[in-house]
Amino acid sequence: MEKNLMKGNEALAEAAMRAGCKCFFGYPITPQTELAAYMAKNMQKNGGVFLQAESEIAAINMVLGAASTGVRAMTSSSSPGISLKSEGISYIAGSDLPCVIINVERGGPGLGGIQPSQADYWQATKGLGHGDFHLLVFAPASVQEMVDMVVKAFNKADEYRMPAMILADGLLGQMMEPVSFPEIAVEMPDKSSWAADGHKNKRAHHIINSLYLTPEELEKTVVDRYAKYDIIKDKETDAELYLTDDADIVVCAFGATARVVKSAVNEAREQGIKVGMFRPKTLWPFPEKEVQKACANASKVLSVEMSMGQMIDDIKLALSCAKPVEFFGRTGGVIPTPAEVLEKIKAMGGNN
Amino acid sequence: MNYNILLAGFGGQGVLFAGKLLAYCALMENKEVSWLPSYGPEMRGGTCNCSVCISDEPIGSPLVTEPNVFVALNQPSFDKFIGKVKADGKAFVDSTLVESVSDRKDIDCYYVQATQLETENELPKGANIILLGKVLEATGMFSDETVRKALEKIVPASKGWLIENNLKAIGIGRAQ
Repeated sequence: MEKNLMKGNEALAEAAMRAGCKCFFGYPITPQTELAAYMAKNMQKNGGVFLQAESEIAAINMVLGAASTGVRAMTSSSSPGISLKSEGISYIAGSDLPCVIINVERGGPGLGGIQPSQADYWQATKGLGHGDFHLLVFAPASVQEMVDMVVKAFNKADEYRMPAMILADGLLGQMMEPVSFPEIAVEMPDKSSWAADGHKNKRAHHIINSLYLTPEELEKTVVDRYAKYDIIKDKETDAELYLTDDADIVVCAFGATARVVKSAVNEAREQGIKVGMFRPKTLWPFPEKEVQKACANASKVLSVEMSMGQMIDDIKLALSCAKPVEFFGRTGGVIPTPAEVLEKIKAMGGNN
Repeated sequence: MNYNILLAGFGGQGVLFAGKLLAYCALMENKEVSWLPSYGPEMRGGTCNCSVCISDEPIGSPLVTEPNVFVALNQPSFDKFIGKVKADGKAFVDSTLVESVSDRKDIDCYYVQATQLETENELPKGANIILLGKVLEATGMFSDETVRKALEKIVPASKGWLIENNLKAIGIGRAQ
């Protein structure tokens, strides 16, 4: 298959179109802008709609509207813009609508900076908006994986009728890597039982709504949704285990940071230190069984993140705090180096 | 093959393009490759740099902090990064624009009057590629045949003449 060099942001856009995305609504923000620019250039040629909204809030509500009609819709932004979208995302989840949201993270809080960060982990996995709900959260670590995960995100969002997020960062968005696009046969699921796509006086109205004034009625919608979440937790986790079988120290990292960690792990192995890496590809649902397996023979665990330490909570929970979990991270847009991670591994006293 | 390349200069000198050309050469030879630009305000008139990793193994961190090949197109970039070059690494300097000479004995430094050669040979904006020619010659990284294939992939058909101009610049660089 022919390979091309593409920026992560552009690859996300191309993959979305190939996955049958027909509506893109966005508002520019660094370091995500190439995605919207690519959509602006190509969406119309692909028979879709690109619309630059007047704000992030408008964009996410346009996604809500488009998704209500049953078409595949998407928006993208970077950290501060995602915060603005959070109300709309909660409405989308409360209305059981599928869509894809891309966050090419940058440093925060506030306007923060424009360099890469992973400090929106908690936001994406625990509370992207008010109310009891989850999104599917995918964490790619290469440009090729960005392509593959966008396609998967659209499919899973439709399958479970819920929003899905690609949690990337400025480094992945801006870098170019070889990428190929597998032939994607887009099979749109049948949405005729719920989509508000025109009843033509031939069927009952379909109502897309997240307002339930009777507590018992609202409780039931939430409880039903959580039953669905249990199925997802059981079926949809995904992770990479790298050299973990005999590892005394397991380093956990996701996204771009996992690349830095892999370099450090390889270097440590060359020095005879028994260390491996656990990389979740889904952040929600968090791959609990997989991290337990990865750490089965380890005496110590390390979480490396581009934040002050957020995923570390999920690792501790998954391991029931049975093993010490240490942390190393850089934040605010600083990318940790393999040398820094290696130093931390050595400081933890990796056994030979 | 395992190159961690850092190219740095002013915005507008073609730092990103030179890096892109190397990345496409790597793609043509089915190597593992990554290209990462500095982005943001520094691109617009300030200093600009780009990391290119080329290897037979999958690329870990795409951010090059200790290059084994360093290309400096201006004085601030030379000052900032020359101390970061890995021991036994190679540094390539446009000596028309960089007045300093490194006193490091553990790296090989190549000084090319790239900007002057650009003017003499009437290759506007060609200094980056002239210096790249020297990189290719001194490292043996890629052949002209590979460079041609890469250029054919990057340069749009409407600007086909740029392919020969770039190859000419590469040739001038190789001869230095």
